[in-house]
Amino acid sequence: MHELSVCQALIDQVENLAREQRARRVLSLVVGVGPLSGVEVSLLEQAYPVAAAGTVAEGAELELEHRPVRVHCRTCGEESAATANRLLCASCGDWQTDLVSGDELVLTRVEFLREQAYV
Amino acid sequence: MCDTCGCNITHGNQHLIAAGGKLQKTAQGSEALSVLKNLLSENDHLAAHNREHFDRHGVFAVNLMSSPGSGKTSLLEASLDALGDRYRIAVIEGDLETENDAQRIRSRGVEAVQITTGSACHLDAHMVHDALHQIKLDDIDILFIENVGNLVCPASFDLGQHRNVTLLSVPEGDDKPSKYPVMFRAADLVALTKVDLLSVLDDFSTDRACENVRALANAAPVVELSVKQNASMAPWLEWLDQQVEHHRQHCQRGETLRPRIQPDGVRLHSLAT
Repeated sequence: MHELSVCQALIDQVENLAREQRARRVLSLVVGVGPLSGVEVSLLEQAYPVAAAGTVAEGAELELEHRPVRVHCRTCGEESAATANRLLCASCGDWQTDLVSGDELVLTRVEFLREQAYV
Repeated sequence: MCDTCGCNITHGNQHLIAAGGKLQKTAQGSEALSVLKNLLSENDHLAAHNREHFDRHGVFAVNLMSSPGSGKTSLLEASLDALGDRYRIAVIEGDLETENDAQRIRSRGVEAVQITTGSACHLDAHMVHDALHQIKLDDIDILFIENVGNLVCPASFDLGQHRNVTLLSVPEGDDKPSKYPVMFRAADLVALTKVDLLSVLDDFSTDRACENVRALANAAPVVELSVKQNASMAPWLEWLDQQVEHHRQHCQRGETLRPRIQPDGVRLHSLAT
């Protein structure tokens, strides 16, 4: 259960961005998560309100964007969909592939209200 | 740091914030900022700092991961006995509670720093950084970091190690790589331990275990060993020798050696989209 640590890291980043942007309130966050990030989406959703409480992100909506597992084959050069525990090329079946997507754990978008908007 | 995690997209980059840029007003008067930040970039930043520290002192750092009871401490004890004449070694022990493992290592005359994580199920770069203050890096050649016994969380946190070693003991079953793909994908070497039990636990197939690692697109060597059979330790010890030499050559060229799975992947994906 390291999702709380992950959420605290997320909130730290959002707080830094909010300071830089002089945000008064954060309304929503978008986080991209792939199955190979090692983070369980449902646990992340549960941990998020706990980590956000008392911060500029309290009450902000967390939108989790699923990133599919995709691999690029070193042997035949094709790109294909795969599953987390079978990163094989769907075209030629080789296991010598590189991950193109699916291990992301990344903050992609923050929506906020700026301080001066009400001045 | 900014070039690796994408956090350079801030108010300082005004051209991105212009109309059509990364920062856009919504109809409700709020603003939306597009960013690309690896959530663990703070940890990764400190891990890179740890790695620089190791490289400056010529220390090769190995992160040992596995489920509880698969033989990490026993492998360390046997390795210390085999390597003690050739290398100066220190150990960082991660556990939820107790100093038991550190005491086992110290009883062999080797320096061991215990990190008790309380309820935290993994080590992170910060904990390792703090522990390093208790170790004289100039006095050692190899640092073993024994992570908390857990096949899930430790895989997500870079500590600054040069190599990841994941243990899979025979009683656990040969399908563990398929059940814990994040962990076994991160391994630079997989050690199948307690192979002396293969004669009684004959449903474990070392070939199948290896196939399950390959299915994760991982070409890492898979070695079989039992700490009760001295001769079986040879491939593991040879691999360590090779990696120490590999690291030394990297340091001479002013380069750093990294585990095969790096958070940099996030940046590559982000640029692709």
